[in-house]
Amino acid sequence: MKIAFTADGTNWDAMIDPRFGRTAYLVIYNEESDELQGFDNSAVKNEAHGAGTATSQRIFELNPDVLITGNGPGDTAAKALAHMKLKIFTGAQDLTLRQAFEKYKNGELKEF
Amino acid sequence: MINRTPFKIAIASGKGGTGKTTLATNLAACIAEQQEVVLVDLDVEEPNSGLFFEGRLLHSEDNLKMIPQWDESKCTLCGLCPKLCNFHAIIQLGPSILVFPELCHSCYACSELCPAGALPMIPRAIGKLNHFQNGRLHHIESRLNVGEEQAVASIAKSKKYAADKLPYVNVHLYDSPPGTSCPVVEAIKDADFVILVTEPTPFGLHDLTLAVETTHKLEKSFGVVINRDGLGNNEVIRYCQAENIPVLARIPNNRRIAELYSAGRLIYPEFPEIREALKDILDYCLSAERSRP
Repeated sequence: MKIAFTADGTNWDAMIDPRFGRTAYLVIYNEESDELQGFDNSAVKNEAHGAGTATSQRIFELNPDVLITGNGPGDTAAKALAHMKLKIFTGAQDLTLRQAFEKYKNGELKEF
Repeated sequence: MINRTPFKIAIASGKGGTGKTTLATNLAACIAEQQEVVLVDLDVEEPNSGLFFEGRLLHSEDNLKMIPQWDESKCTLCGLCPKLCNFHAIIQLGPSILVFPELCHSCYACSELCPAGALPMIPRAIGKLNHFQNGRLHHIESRLNVGEEQAVASIAKSKKYAADKLPYVNVHLYDSPPGTSCPVVEAIKDADFVILVTEPTPFGLHDLTLAVETTHKLEKSFGVVINRDGLGNNEVIRYCQAENIPVLARIPNNRRIAELYSAGRLIYPEFPEIREALKDILDYCLSAERSRP
């Protein structure tokens, strides 16, 4: 399983970025290889328009099975993400990636 | 007033809620006592000047915007269109191209540059234009559908409709949206005179200075109307004096005015001094008319 996080940094102690489209980083955790990899999203973050669809495009390219985020995607981004085989979990704002991952594993995050 | 084309007065403000619609509706009704007038509500996201008139609907039509439509049979999935779109209104998910019409700015870049011709532009209804008449007053409004984001095209359309259908009416009033962004620029860019409505508060002054900058950039003649006069402080007056900006009128801060407005009624019939102020404002605009090249 590949798990994507919206995050303000690229390690386990980084905080979940509550925003989807304008998240600072996308971080991918590959459960099989136990690898954590961060992707800078600042180019999208500073766009005036269409951050939600642009970040959705990146999610598609990174191809995770699960997305863990904060507030949840906006309407337009949600339409784009609906085209992908992806489970989305929200409400992880105010948590570190480690805490958010644990909550996800324990089934304590809300599925979008 | 001898005229070739209508004299267009835009009523704008930096800050929202300063009294643009109050001024626009009262000015329109006051002018309509003497002569025909057109009031175009250009706040297409929240048009509300219609609340003050019981007009007869003369005409209604869809407002359209052009958007690309993906033709799967022609598409080679070359990946160019998502890169071209500055607004991320097109994304490519593997073998699918997705178009997000609300994000599209109708720039045609994707459609024109698609090597396979797989993105023809098609019209999409994004709202409605309505034309009402109440005696000598013509009221035109465009109303965006909920969820639509592109106000500029509907604003341009409303102005054009008024210019095409009512060119013989001497005065066209534009009730502009608030702020200083693209919709405001569209609303005031071809006005002959701009009235900036403000309130005498720090917030009012801050946003007035932004609106003044915008109006200067567009090289417009303009003046300021101070609404809720007596509230706040004297900084707006001082600013206008220092910048040589004419203050056309001051509308007092008065509970009765707020009551009338919130009941959807006009204020000047109850306040002779406001009727006078409206006449002064119009006179000032007409002096700009005489000096028009």
